[in-house]
Amino acid sequence: MPLDPTAARVEREYRHASPLLGCRFDPSGRYLFATSQDNSILRFDLVTGGRTALVGHASWGRGMVVRAAGPRTSNPERAAASVAARGGAIGPAAVALPAPPADPFTLISADYHGKLIWWNGHAATPTPVRTVEAHAGWCRAVALSPDGATLATCGNDNLVKLWDAATGAHRRTLTGHTSHVYNVAFHPSGTRLVSADLLGTVKDWDAATGACVRDLDAKVMHKYDPTFRADIGGARGMAVAPDGRVACAGITNVSNAFAGVGNPLVVLFDWADGKSKALKPKDVFQGTAWGVGFLNDGTVIAGGGGSGGRVWFWSGADANSTHTLTPPAHVRDLAVHPAGDRFAVACATGAAVVYTLRRVS
Amino acid sequence: MPHADYACGSAAHAVSRRGFLATAGATAALGTAGFASPDSTAALARNQKRVLVVYLAGGVSQFETWDPKPGTDTGGPFRAISTSVPGTQICELLPHTAARMHRLAVVRSLNSTTPDHAQGERVMLTGRRPEAGIEYPHLGAVAAKMLGGERAEMPGHIHILPGGGGGRADATFLGPQFASVPVPDGRPPANLLRPSGLTADADRARDALRQSLTDRFSRSRRSAASEAYAASFAQAERVFNRADVFDVDRESLKTAERYGRHDFGRHLLLARRLLEAGVSYVKVSHSNYDTHHENFDFHIEQLGEFDRPFAALLDDLSDRGMLESTLVVVMSEMGRTPKINERFGRDHWSNGWSVVLGGAGIKGGAVVGRTNANGTTIADREVGPWHLFHTYLRAVGLDPERNFHPNQRPVPVADPRASAISEILA
Repeated sequence: MPLDPTAARVEREYRHASPLLGCRFDPSGRYLFATSQDNSILRFDLVTGGRTALVGHASWGRGMVVRAAGPRTSNPERAAASVAARGGAIGPAAVALPAPPADPFTLISADYHGKLIWWNGHAATPTPVRTVEAHAGWCRAVALSPDGATLATCGNDNLVKLWDAATGAHRRTLTGHTSHVYNVAFHPSGTRLVSADLLGTVKDWDAATGACVRDLDAKVMHKYDPTFRADIGGARGMAVAPDGRVACAGITNVSNAFAGVGNPLVVLFDWADGKSKALKPKDVFQGTAWGVGFLNDGTVIAGGGGSGGRVWFWSGADANSTHTLTPPAHVRDLAVHPAGDRFAVACATGAAVVYTLRRVS
Repeated sequence: MPHADYACGSAAHAVSRRGFLATAGATAALGTAGFASPDSTAALARNQKRVLVVYLAGGVSQFETWDPKPGTDTGGPFRAISTSVPGTQICELLPHTAARMHRLAVVRSLNSTTPDHAQGERVMLTGRRPEAGIEYPHLGAVAAKMLGGERAEMPGHIHILPGGGGGRADATFLGPQFASVPVPDGRPPANLLRPSGLTADADRARDALRQSLTDRFSRSRRSAASEAYAASFAQAERVFNRADVFDVDRESLKTAERYGRHDFGRHLLLARRLLEAGVSYVKVSHSNYDTHHENFDFHIEQLGEFDRPFAALLDDLSDRGMLESTLVVVMSEMGRTPKINERFGRDHWSNGWSVVLGGAGIKGGAVVGRTNANGTTIADREVGPWHLFHTYLRAVGLDPERNFHPNQRPVPVADPRASAISEILA
């Protein structure tokens, strides 16, 4: 069924007392994880409406990735049907019912202190099973190779690191960035990965050798503000499409770094030739794009905030957004559901909102 | 006036004649009555008391510096780290400074009353609430007058700042000779040097003509302004002979590396050289901390630049035996809000933030005042900029309870309703 951004509607909305920072779905799409300014990670169950706090980080985190422990055997629809068959409602009203079992998976999260935590994400109450001191300073993002074997991390020590995702063993350090590394993502082939830094340099690395294959140019997302004497930029969100397109989300046209006066931007790279295309909101908006992803029909979606919150869609070849949603609050991250027909936003108010793009039949 | 023979021959190291003249001639002095007696001036000269203000422009966050609150709703992502003073912690963004906290005192309970850039700067640097009908001199002018006097070899009040600007009428009734001399980007303007097309003889003749015109003017219409104008030439000539002081390239590579190869590092190194040369008051501005947006990223960036050179400066002052005679103050025009806004920023805040002092007359390792658990209010020992102003003067051996006499009327040097923060005075 083709997706219709104009039909987007709220499917679930969760509230947390503390502002949220980032969000990710588990591989089955049943759980939404959200990091929070109270250092916890919230696990929201889209089937039962239940929520569980993961306690272990001593600082803020934004980077998360989920590693499946085996082949996927369930999906949210089957789990929801299971709950319904037992007479339970779907959503918060079903909290008291026994939750259908979830496929085992591991959540790996990163924090401002450079620490990684492996969690038994499917457990009734997830607990840390491994901790690794990965970076000096903020570990900003994590990514998992398509085969689930390799974890990539990046941070304020200007480094990208590769780890054995199963054991946490350090495999390789990729050097070459000259500023804080804001994001990292794997190419669908698994042989390459890309990382983006504060200055707008996107490096394309050979995953096997650690050699930098090429630099891609996203400097349109960086500015040194001479008034405030500081750099602003970096890919706040990053995603790679199944066809290899790389999307970096951030801010451009900055006229006042310290007030965040600029415009959201997604820089979209063609994998084959490395050429970039600037995707912009159709309507004038002041702020930053904090999260980006691809829907299952190839549509680019990004969320951000500044003067309120926004979600933008770019369908087809149009460089201006083809549709805009106005969430109730400033969006600090966006995650696309594994099915590619839903997405979630994490908001500064503590709200986590799941939207569906499926038309009501 | 003789042409200064600069070692490097670089115009970048020249001191601006126009800069001094612009300052000196800007406004007329309302009163030039000497403040310090000859005896006290001599005593101060022996001790060579000086003041250095490191001004973190825009309003640095107390949470990300001197009063961290990790694990609270306002604390942000950073942790608190131990310092060289047992029991005192500061933010992890200042590891080099943390190792030197035994040289510093922290005031964590400052209510500066005005969360505004311009008003905040004025209040913090004058130690006075705004009053109708009078503008009070800034600390730099007061220090220049009371510590250095009018015949100091070097200008007594220098402001090293990034970019251009500076040169405000910050001496008010003390007279333009105590106003700040701006040193933009740490590199005095190049127009001091004798133009290449002007011979030394022609320059001397030009200066003789200027002197004769000044003398004739002064015989008939002598005023504070004309005195200041004439004095500025004399001072400029003295400074020209010390132009090497402004040349930070004379420092060793090792020293330059310790301060860091960026503007603020060079500016702090220049400040040390100026203090060594006898300048009474040096203010170094570091820009910028007005982080309404992405407070944490920008504090990583800016404090990463501040921390190491500041620690190097403390070490150098200590190693040279200057720290006990040099008051060091780290201040802003305000602090930043406990509340973290939706853009990861902190906004303007004056109701409970921190200032750090060290060196002359300050009890190293002292901590005064306290905010509550999440820094939203002052829990103990509230002080204002007026208390700090008294403290600054006491620390360098000056009496803040005496008076200036502009137009023959007494004006207290510091707010008579306040007093020094005795707990941090040695």
